[in-house]
Amino acid sequence: MSKELHVIGKASRKVGVMQKVSGQTVYAGDISLPRMLYCKILRSIHPYARIKSIDSREAEALPGVMAVMNGKDSPKKFGIMLRRGDDEVLAIDKTRFVGDSVAAVAALDEETAEEALKLIHVDYEVLEPVMSIAEGTVPPNGEPIHDYAELGNIHKRVSLEFGEMEAGFAKADLIQEDIFYYEGNTHLAMEEHATVAHYEADGKLTIWSSTQNPHYLHKAVANVFDMPPSRIRIIAPPTGGGFGGKVDPLNHEMVVSKLSMMTGRPVKITLTREEVFYAHRGRHPVLMKVKTGVKKDGSITAMDFKSFLDGGGYGSLGVATVYYTGALQTVTYNIPNYKFQGARIVTNKPPCGPKRGHGTPQPRFAVEVQLDKIAEKLGINPLDIRLNHLTRPFTKTANHLSITTTGLRECIEAVEKRSNFREQYGNLPLGKGLGLACGSYITGAGFPIYWNEMPHSGVQIQIDRGGGVTVFCGSTDIGQGSDSVLAYIVAEELGVTVDDISIVTADTSLTPVDLGSYSSRVTLMTGNAAIDAARKLRTLLFETAAKEFGVPLESLDARDNVVFCPENENCSISFPDLVVKAESEHGTLGSVGSYAPPPSTLGGKYKGAGVGPTPAYTYSAAVVLVDVDLETAELKVEKIWIAHDVGKAINPLLVQGQVEGSVYMGLGEAMMEEQVFRRGLHKTPSLLDYKSPTFLETPDIETILIETNDPNGPYGAKEAGQGPLLPIMPAVANAVYDAVGVRIDEIPIHPQKIFKAMRDKEKGKEGRYGPKGVPEIPFPDPIRVESQWGQRADQESSR
Amino acid sequence: MKTLLKLKVNGEHYETYTSIHKTLLEVLREDLGLTGTRHGCELGECGVCSVLIDGQPKLSCLVLPIEVQEQAITTIEGMATGTRFHPLQEAFADLGAAQCGFCMSGMLLSAKAMLDENPQPTRAQIREELAGNLCRCTGYTKIIEAIEKVVAESNA
Repeated sequence: MSKELHVIGKASRKVGVMQKVSGQTVYAGDISLPRMLYCKILRSIHPYARIKSIDSREAEALPGVMAVMNGKDSPKKFGIMLRRGDDEVLAIDKTRFVGDSVAAVAALDEETAEEALKLIHVDYEVLEPVMSIAEGTVPPNGEPIHDYAELGNIHKRVSLEFGEMEAGFAKADLIQEDIFYYEGNTHLAMEEHATVAHYEADGKLTIWSSTQNPHYLHKAVANVFDMPPSRIRIIAPPTGGGFGGKVDPLNHEMVVSKLSMMTGRPVKITLTREEVFYAHRGRHPVLMKVKTGVKKDGSITAMDFKSFLDGGGYGSLGVATVYYTGALQTVTYNIPNYKFQGARIVTNKPPCGPKRGHGTPQPRFAVEVQLDKIAEKLGINPLDIRLNHLTRPFTKTANHLSITTTGLRECIEAVEKRSNFREQYGNLPLGKGLGLACGSYITGAGFPIYWNEMPHSGVQIQIDRGGGVTVFCGSTDIGQGSDSVLAYIVAEELGVTVDDISIVTADTSLTPVDLGSYSSRVTLMTGNAAIDAARKLRTLLFETAAKEFGVPLESLDARDNVVFCPENENCSISFPDLVVKAESEHGTLGSVGSYAPPPSTLGGKYKGAGVGPTPAYTYSAAVVLVDVDLETAELKVEKIWIAHDVGKAINPLLVQGQVEGSVYMGLGEAMMEEQVFRRGLHKTPSLLDYKSPTFLETPDIETILIETNDPNGPYGAKEAGQGPLLPIMPAVANAVYDAVGVRIDEIPIHPQKIFKAMRDKEKGKEGRYGPKGVPEIPFPDPIRVESQWGQRADQESSR
Repeated sequence: MKTLLKLKVNGEHYETYTSIHKTLLEVLREDLGLTGTRHGCELGECGVCSVLIDGQPKLSCLVLPIEVQEQAITTIEGMATGTRFHPLQEAFADLGAAQCGFCMSGMLLSAKAMLDENPQPTRAQIREELAGNLCRCTGYTKIIEAIEKVVAESNA
């Protein structure tokens, strides 16, 4: 194998970018088929109600209306958790949030469909809603929102303990207790979800949808309609932004499928922006209590972490989210003894689910702000309290996670150097402040969402007689560049140019399964599968060339469409010529490759151990410079330095883009984004009212990539699309403290909160804004497991 | 109620008989098949559907086509000349300014209008001029860098 890389590691254009800048990319909403009908969904006006009756006779009689349906027409439940899913195609008995779906219409045009919705008469019995964590953790006044909930409205409780908590706290010189709140927020992808379903005359159903997960949608659709998966084809066109909002199979995808079956015609839906806010599945609001014991040198002796998640009206991936609020605390700093208790509460709001960072930004905010408070009490610089207690490479954590490579030290040192943190921190004029925070994240979940022993990602390659290479993979390009990763890797391995490669992705009939674009898994998993497939094909081609030249196979190399022997200039053949010879020798040329995470990275054996393991963790550090107006408390973020350990940048340009996008999204969460409700009604369901950063609020971002060459990553690569979000919120909070000396223990950090804390401080009260308590609910006895902190983790390459 | 609309888009003349209340965004996408103009809110809040009308960036979701029948409309499909891309399109591709690409049509046209008016904008002016175009992927950083590349090259 050639050691020098020709494509990997080079900044280059993204695959498909010229279509994107010239308006040629076809998103799901751009698809239009002959005889296509348009769908609209009638939505609940009550946060919680029983449906007594639905009368749709008038709607059915409206000219142009081709079909009307309600929940009884398609009663089987579904969800991203597959058979444990609680999503309904349309509400069956009850609606569980304002915006929940009640009935649907297919008509000749959108206007007629909208008109028809007004003619559907729903008789509701209004029920007592549950609107907060506090309301959901006391015995309910009314009927529980879901039958499966415990103690009224508690969806899931988790209780885990690793090591000796009492002994750990006994060793501590300081025990710090804090309570934090992180408000919910949403993905806000610029593309509104769109789906076209076509049930054709042969009884096969094709669905084009803006989804991050064609595979899980495939399974969910088959399940809902009791159809063999072989009769269903899911195609995910390029997605106009996901961020987790298009991970769940969503009910509108089922609705248009059913309406297409009812009418025998293609049916399309495009959600309005307001409906996207209802579809949601975004960041869970989380209330947290953190108790941490530290020695004088800042080393942590034990951490007790409690989280309460506001889940909204349905389950989504919420069981995994609860675990994720507890799983990764141990990956960043040494925590020898660790306890986690978490609970997800069902409430009458749009369902929360996975958003960039999935369940980890909230605890990361809590841990990093608390660390800042501890550092101050102990008189340690925020840099040192982190640098002196980092987890080490190839060790295990208390909760049995295996760390491979870590570049966090390099990350912290890099942002320190650029920002001059050590000199500037604590020494800037009043109103200016610097804040530091770190984070760590998974490169793909170690386990699939449903238990199976099959590959997580498959890649197939075929070569045509002209030397063109086509790569087939189920992976879904949501803008992160997964198509590009496939092309770069196959180009590198076969020695062809990226332009000679065609990419066919995200089509369940044409492409081998890739589990989907979630959990930052795609570069590592499809990348490894692509290497596997490409190297098989390369061997086949090189065998032919070696025979042709009479040289050993190992002496050959390939680049720029030529296969050659570096030691012998007479041995050289163009790739297309070699393809003709190889096909003559071997028959049709193709290969397959697959990938599943190595067993050594799959974590512990206790119940709940499935959330947190990954082939490789990434690490990030950020320093944020803020300006707080002393009069008005207006908060401006003036500059962000971010360093991210990406393992190896397959294309540094695209990696920087992922890092900058993560930083921006974290900044939005830190400063302004929130999904809040008044009597069940979303307060801000529009792009104007839901505040997100524009060009004006987004400062210059300085990005530094750190490469640690992880043995499990393709060419050493790890993720970049989620981890760099994590340090931003706590870094802003810590910077606000440095600027004006108040602690904002709640996200988002609105000027009103800073203002209140500043005025309180002036009056001699505590200069803090944040929650004061957490609910008292019974947790089950913890599952007690010995801590594996510091034990050696195997260094195992996945290939 | 329907009406006959006559529109001049990207230098081509179109006639379409369509509902009088349709927005320019809807007519471009649904009647003329110019789906390169995207939509993100239909309420004039995101900038995704921006087109140029007589060179000025306008939100096509807030424009009634009947009012712009005399004016020159430019959509993303008209930004390249044949197969020759506009320097902004090249720079956006070169510097990784497009991720999901959904905001790109509006972003590029707004950037073009800005440079046509002011070929030498400062970074602060770029931020100010484009503040009406939201992007959720890039953190705006690479977009600014791509525009600055075009500005720098136009100086050279």
